[in-house]
Parts: sequence; C-alpha cells; structure tokens
Amino acid sequence: MLKKALTAAFPHTVPILAGFLFLGISYGVYMNVSGFPFIYPCLMALTIFGGSLEFVAVTMLLGSFAPLQTLILTLMIQARHIFYGISMLEKYKGTGFKKLYLIFGMCDESFSINYTAEPPADVDKGWFMFFVTLLNQLYWVMGATLGGILGSFIPFDTAGLEFVMTALFVVIFLEQWLKEKKHYTALIGVLSSAICLLIFGADSFLLPTMACILCALTVFRRPIEKAGV
Amino acid sequence: MTVTQQIITIAICVLGTMATRFLPFLIFSGKKEAPKYIQYLGRALPAALFGMLVIYCLKDVSFISGSYGLPEIASMAVTVGLHLWKRQMLISIAGGTLFYMLLTQLIFV
Repeated sequence: MLKKALTAAFPHTVPILAGFLFLGISYGVYMNVSGFPFIYPCLMALTIFGGSLEFVAVTMLLGSFAPLQTLILTLMIQARHIFYGISMLEKYKGTGFKKLYLIFGMCDESFSINYTAEPPADVDKGWFMFFVTLLNQLYWVMGATLGGILGSFIPFDTAGLEFVMTALFVVIFLEQWLKEKKHYTALIGVLSSAICLLIFGADSFLLPTMACILCALTVFRRPIEKAGV
Repeated sequence: MTVTQQIITIAICVLGTMATRFLPFLIFSGKKEAPKYIQYLGRALPAALFGMLVIYCLKDVSFISGSYGLPEIASMAVTVGLHLWKRQMLISIAGGTLFYMLLTQLIFV
C-alpha cells in the first residue's frame, strides 16, 4: 500500500524536484557566502520549511537580535498558510497520525498539489498526500544542504530554471479553472493580487491581497455559492 | 549575534510558521463541524489562492523596463497552450520552463 502511494505521488512532485533543488541550492549558497556552515541551511530547511522566510531569515541572523521583530515578520510572511489550512480542513480529515506531518509540511507547493491532484482510486489518499509532502521537503533539504556545502563552487549555467515554479502554479491554476463552471473566485484572486502588487509593491502586497480576497469572497458569497462553489 | 540568539531567532521562525499552519486545524478540527462560513471559504479560497501564487511568482518582473515581461508572458502562454493540448502536467511545465530558459539565455540576454 505504501509503495503504491509513493509511486503515485512521485510524478506529481517531479516539477518540485527541479524547482526545489535549484532554489534550495541557491538558498544554501546564499547562507554559505553569508558565513554560515552548512548545518544552518540544512536544519532551517528541515524545521522552518518555508522558502521565502528562510531567505529573509538570513538577513535577520546577520542583523542584531530582535525577537519581536522576527516574530512579526514571520507571521506576516507566513500568514497565507492560514488560508491553506482552511482549504485543507476537509482533505486532511481522517488521515490519522499522518495529519501532524501533513500540516507541518504544508508549503505553497504541497498545498497546491494535495488540493488538486487526484490519485487513482486504489491508492490511499492519506499516504499519497503524505508522500507528496515528504518528497517535496526532501528535495528542499537536499538542495539547501548541497548548496551550503558546496557554496559558491557551483557553476550556475541553469539561468531561467526558476521559471519551473511559475509554470507549476500556472498549470495548477489552469487545472482549477478548467474544473469550475464560473470563475468568480479565480478572478478575485488574480485581480486582488495584481492590484495590490501595483499599489503596495513586491515586498508587502501579500497581506493586503489576502484581506481583499477575504472581503470579496465574503461580500459576493451569495452569487459565488449560487455558481456552485 | 551569539549562537544562542541565533537559535532563538530560528526557533521563532519555526514557531511562527507552525502557528500559521496549525491554527485552522486547532480551531476547527474538533468533533463539531466547522461553521458554514468557514466551510464556504474552504471551497472558495483555493482558486483565488492559486491565482495569488501565479502573481506572486511574477512579483519581481518589471513590465515597464528591461524585457517588459515578454519572456514571462510568452513562456506562460506556451505552458498554457501545451496544457490545453496534452493536459499532461509534466509536459506543460517542462515545455514552458525550457522555452523560458531558451528565451532568457539566447534572445533576451
């Protein structure tokens, strides 16, 4: 049963294998050239497991000790996970002890795949999602550790590979789009993000975007539910 | 920063992250069903969040200077086209990414 779930999960994680190894190595190299031994990126990848925060954490570790500021920044960068959790309440139900790890490892990519992917009927859904999450974290930790060990000795002739993450989210967005009859919520997501990005800029548009999405979904609840969401 | 302070800083990052991941499950995972409004959000949010993640990936792309976001737009079009044609996630992602790498390494250098 486990092997079957692993075999079913692996193909879904191949894009992440490419993306996370690449980004993980970049992160590890960044830590290395900032003067940290490889054990830092390795352990941080293992325990935080959130790419954007880990990059920001390098700056925090290089600065002066500011626990409150660290906490506030962490909550701001990671707040979107609250929305992922609300979306996964149903899907993670009944997964037993695996649920703890599923929630611990719920990064952008694991959430997106676990929400959209449909494993074959004879595969246990809980184990399938478990392996998607585990493989993703494995790739990330491997990349971060490798980058941390090798440092700037890695020749970077892989320019443009980072687009693999954009392509992944485009495909997941498209899959969701093709599944639904009306596209109110997808459009709310894209428009809120684009408008907030224009107004607030790249570094601080996520929180306003989330607020806009929440408001729009609440105000237009009736037509959205009527459309069959 | 001392090593102890570094450990505390990393621990705060871990705890803060875990708080955001576990919060909904801690509040709504009891025996009782989640309120109807939360259930509705659970169904309505994902499509909006996937849209947000696409824009998030493009956040550092400048559409008014450099290559005007053309490589990104063209490669996204290739990804979508491939996906509508074959409906194979891996082909669409690999195709779009290779196209982007070719564009940025050969044409928009």
